[in-house]
Amino acid sequence: MTFWNDPINFIAGWLRGVFMGWGLSTGPATVITSLIGIIVMILFAMLIAIALVWVERKVVARFQDRLGPNRIGPFGIFQPFADIVKLIIKEDITPAGADKAVFNMAPVISLASVILIWAIVPLASKIYGVDINVGVLYLVAVGAFGTLSVIMAGWASNNKYALIGAFRMVATMISYEIPMVVALLIPTIIAGTMSVKGITEAQGNLWFVILSPLGLLLFMISAIAELGRSPFDLNEAESEIVAGFHIEYTGMKFGLFYAGELLHAFTFGGFMAVLFFGGYGGFFGLEKFPAFAWLSNPFIELVVFLVKALIGYWIIMWVKYSMPRIRIDHMLTFNWKFLTPLAFVLLMMTALFDKLLAPTQFYVLGMFLSNLVLAWIVLEILRKYSKRERAEHEKNAEPVVQAAHH
Amino acid sequence: MQNEWLYIGLFLVIGIIVPIVPLIASHFLAPHKPNPVKQSTYECGIETVGESWVQFKSQYYIYALVFLVFDVETVFLFPWALAMGKLPLFAVVEGIIFILILLAGLTFAWRKGLLEWA
Repeated sequence: MTFWNDPINFIAGWLRGVFMGWGLSTGPATVITSLIGIIVMILFAMLIAIALVWVERKVVARFQDRLGPNRIGPFGIFQPFADIVKLIIKEDITPAGADKAVFNMAPVISLASVILIWAIVPLASKIYGVDINVGVLYLVAVGAFGTLSVIMAGWASNNKYALIGAFRMVATMISYEIPMVVALLIPTIIAGTMSVKGITEAQGNLWFVILSPLGLLLFMISAIAELGRSPFDLNEAESEIVAGFHIEYTGMKFGLFYAGELLHAFTFGGFMAVLFFGGYGGFFGLEKFPAFAWLSNPFIELVVFLVKALIGYWIIMWVKYSMPRIRIDHMLTFNWKFLTPLAFVLLMMTALFDKLLAPTQFYVLGMFLSNLVLAWIVLEILRKYSKRERAEHEKNAEPVVQAAHH
Repeated sequence: MQNEWLYIGLFLVIGIIVPIVPLIASHFLAPHKPNPVKQSTYECGIETVGESWVQFKSQYYIYALVFLVFDVETVFLFPWALAMGKLPLFAVVEGIIFILILLAGLTFAWRKGLLEWA
């Protein structure tokens, strides 16, 4: 075991040796070593969040035909650090009518809920916090804290805009959690494990996106809704409720919400990679050849994971800056009358085909084709429905036009 | 680490401390000059009318009820999905029947008009 093929265990073993040399017994030495590891992991996540501020501002600028930050450092790369200093020395205003304790707790819980996800993110085969056997369920459970922080912020602000934003956010989050859970069930069925590391390893030869492209689509849509990003950003629709649930927050408290949102989007980009694009691995068995053995080096895997997560994050940004916001009734209708039935039909189909085809050589082809057929059927139904809807609309609109003539 | 949930517990503690640190820094570095106008509720410059902690639209409550049905049931689906490889075909079909019963509940809510944003 050297630093290059197992960095975490190498450093941890060395640190444990140092602490035990100071006279600590094995238990406390292990706990202190884990504490240091956790702090390094969280600081790494926060560093990513700071870098994301720059990426986000630069990318949105390019989408809107602007230059974006370009004053501090090359390409404005040190802009986020200036932003942090500014946010820290800004006056922190708490509205007189607010419920102070809850108001101050909300941004902390918002960021903490995202940081907690990083306990299970598999950065590489040897670089991860912990590999729990209910990883996928843990992701859903921790996500619920995010919902809690939003309703805490909205309620405690004692502001009507904030309250409306919080209600909308909670309605979105609880609705879209159902397709999200089903989208998480599909990799669980195919891989036969709920551990995120196990799911990654099950994709060594074949990415799950080939077995279940519709599952990826479900996960992406519900992840964007869960993040509250456009086209589902009704919680902070600036044209109607100014900033939604965080309207009364100033200074660093606003900064925590902002950092939490960006890190959350990146983390979901990472989970898109883990669940459907092979995570840190997924080289289609290439790493088994001696010439490509270097692919399974933890540092290479870390870079692969970060690149895949960034691509996922970029797709989320692309959707955000290209789509108009949709109305709340449309959004809930879309979820309950379209996405939820589709999710359960897909779940039943995946379960049945996984059982029937797994021992045969038609497994991959059958799974892929069944997804395509389901997608085609869904598009046909949508086409028929919108045709009928349009015909009905035109029939109802006619008398109004005639009345206007008289 | 031997106990993974102890690790998650430590992660939770430090994950809460990390966001508090910049708030404490801000507390010591930022100015504090509160006045009644600054601390009033922000409503685009117009004075607030009435109470903000109001009763909300009951439609949100109905969606929450429908959600509750599905969320409790999906907990049962995770063990089923996990054991898929070891289950006989009969048990897989049983799981599918369970999902169909769930969907019948959704259809009922749909037909009753509970999913309309009225």
